[in-house]
Amino acid sequence: MLRYLLEKEFKQFGRNKFLPRMVFMFPFVSLLVFPLVANFDVRDMNLSIVDHDHSPMSRRLTQKASASGYFRVTQVADSYERALRGIEDDTADIILEIPSGFERDMVRQRSAAVMIAANTVNGTRGGLGSAYLAGIVNDYAGELRAELMASSGRLVTPSFDIIQRYRFNPHLEYRVFMVPAIMVMLLTMMCGFLPALNIVGEKEKGTIEQMNVTPVRRFEFILAKLIPYWVVGFVALNICFFVAWAFYGLTPVGGVGTIYLFASVFVLAVSGLGLVISNFAKTIQQAMFMMFFFVVTMIFLGGLYTPVASMPDWAQRISDFLPLKYFIIVMRSVYLKGSHVTDMLQPLTALACFAVGLNALAVVSYRKRS
Amino acid sequence: MRQFFAFVAKEFRHIFRDRLTTAILLGLPILMLFLFGFAITTEVKNIRLAVYAPAPDDATRAIVDRLAANDYFILSRTLADPSQIQDVFARGEVGLAVVFSENFQEEMLHTGAAQVELIADGTDPNTAKTLVNYAQNIIAGYQQELLRDASVPFLIIPEVKLLYNPSMKGAYNFVPGVMGMILLLVCAMMTSISIAREKETGTMEVLLVSPVRPLQIILAKTVPYFVISVIDLATILLMAVYVLGVPIAGSLALLIGTALIYIFMSLALGILISSIANTQSTALLISGMAMMLPVIMLSGMIFPIETMPWPLQWLSQAVPAKWFIAAVRKIMIRGLDFESVRKELAVLSGMAVFLIAASLKRHRTRLE
Repeated sequence: MLRYLLEKEFKQFGRNKFLPRMVFMFPFVSLLVFPLVANFDVRDMNLSIVDHDHSPMSRRLTQKASASGYFRVTQVADSYERALRGIEDDTADIILEIPSGFERDMVRQRSAAVMIAANTVNGTRGGLGSAYLAGIVNDYAGELRAELMASSGRLVTPSFDIIQRYRFNPHLEYRVFMVPAIMVMLLTMMCGFLPALNIVGEKEKGTIEQMNVTPVRRFEFILAKLIPYWVVGFVALNICFFVAWAFYGLTPVGGVGTIYLFASVFVLAVSGLGLVISNFAKTIQQAMFMMFFFVVTMIFLGGLYTPVASMPDWAQRISDFLPLKYFIIVMRSVYLKGSHVTDMLQPLTALACFAVGLNALAVVSYRKRS
Repeated sequence: MRQFFAFVAKEFRHIFRDRLTTAILLGLPILMLFLFGFAITTEVKNIRLAVYAPAPDDATRAIVDRLAANDYFILSRTLADPSQIQDVFARGEVGLAVVFSENFQEEMLHTGAAQVELIADGTDPNTAKTLVNYAQNIIAGYQQELLRDASVPFLIIPEVKLLYNPSMKGAYNFVPGVMGMILLLVCAMMTSISIAREKETGTMEVLLVSPVRPLQIILAKTVPYFVISVIDLATILLMAVYVLGVPIAGSLALLIGTALIYIFMSLALGILISSIANTQSTALLISGMAMMLPVIMLSGMIFPIETMPWPLQWLSQAVPAKWFIAAVRKIMIRGLDFESVRKELAVLSGMAVFLIAASLKRHRTRLE
């Protein structure tokens, strides 16, 4: 019985003009476009400089800031008000103001102040930018200190160096972070949306009634809907591997087998969710809205863009119930860190529970009579 | 006029009869604001720390204590061997490892060749940078204290001022974006689907033979969605101020005026889409693919436009929501006046006039 049902599903899938093309095109397009769009990299901030001192020391500081690679000097203003206007019309993101008497204070009192003002409407950008600039100012103070020590021939002062190092992604490229997670989002959309639309489509066309009068059992019906999307998920996943390798030079540090294992469980879980939704929705519009609701919640609470660890407690509790969260952790760990199955037993158990639970719910909530 | 109101009443009934869709239309803004306002924060806290000090002494202990006393970090592991660093990162146990050089205190006091290495999990670049910056600042504070004891201060103190959003809340950035998305969803997507539904079920034909003028039929369709979008707008603003603590820094009248222009533009867009689409699923596909996707991706509501490559930046100029969100950020968050949003308002009004004209022109009084 199952064989005939599967044959029907695959035939219907192949006959559709739109679906097979989408399965091939969607991974290509979204993996090529999304990493370009979802780029929270903080670089090239527009810096406005207000130098009231015009001294060799203040000039060296401004040069150091512009040579750092993080900032682009777009404005040299003569007053803070002028610079603030630059921020208001978005020609500047951050202001460095050096007060008059800066050099005099440095020489006589051995300390001086500078002012940094950043546009923090976008908190990440403003916060990181001002932290960079403060770091540059501190470095400069260290340089001056070293020069002074050398010229006055004094003994070594207590000091040590702080070295920064980044594991797994040494150049801190944003796309390395995004590409594995975008694969997860893609699998969610394809294997979650499509089965939901499939059953609701049968409901709207009325063909589900014909199905209901056959002796097909609920379990077989759901299984026949499930398996094609499982196959679709694997095809899409392999295309993703290819695109990541061909365009971003990204290959998993860990084993491909590990990813396959987790993906097979994850795809079952999201397809199950799609089937449950389709059992509750009456029209395509309702199904779309419900999917939209779940996908938006999963994408934003699942840690795709912002770390789950910095969310408030209630949001972290919710994210514990999102399959997406576990698979994103797994994909990033395998792709970047080379983690093994043994490092990730907890996500594996969680995903398996979702797969079993959601599909059981799909079988139970499917009613043969309306 | 009575006929017109009868039509409007009919449309309201259509909408409220579908309980699920009504709940979503009114509840979606609340959900989105909760998600974006509370859950999406790039704030870094409670990062687990691993420490490796080959020879623990007073100086390394002082530095570790300072880090652990901070809200950002929790000391979770003291490593016995540097080879363990790879393991704790692979299992995702820690976010930052602090590694001291041999004979730290001796070298620090006498040769100045001591080193602290801050090794972060670079998987998430911004979190890594932020937490390394925090750790560096905390350790730099310790360095300055050392210098003060040795009476060699040579310091430049940076006074940092964070404009508009001093606590760096994510909500300040996202509230305007949520407004731009919800209003477009309600006005354009729902209007286009509801007109397409009348065509699909064949009831449009019945309506067209009634004595009501075709233009009135279409206008009556838009009234309920206009009302719903105004309710959503009020919900968003009230929640932003009273729940999320995002103040309306600029003029409320200007803000509402901008929103009204945007709402009219979206309604016109909905009518235009429905004049092209004959079935609900086509309408859904056009508004989903050609509208929601660009709005989510290119409007700057979540993803910053300034980091995109130039073809996408250029493309984003054509997305109405981009101009709306930019204007709302200026008025609501930064408290700027009419002068500074003149360009955004001019572009939005131009788009609105163009879309209204196009939708009226394309709107046919007959079905084929």
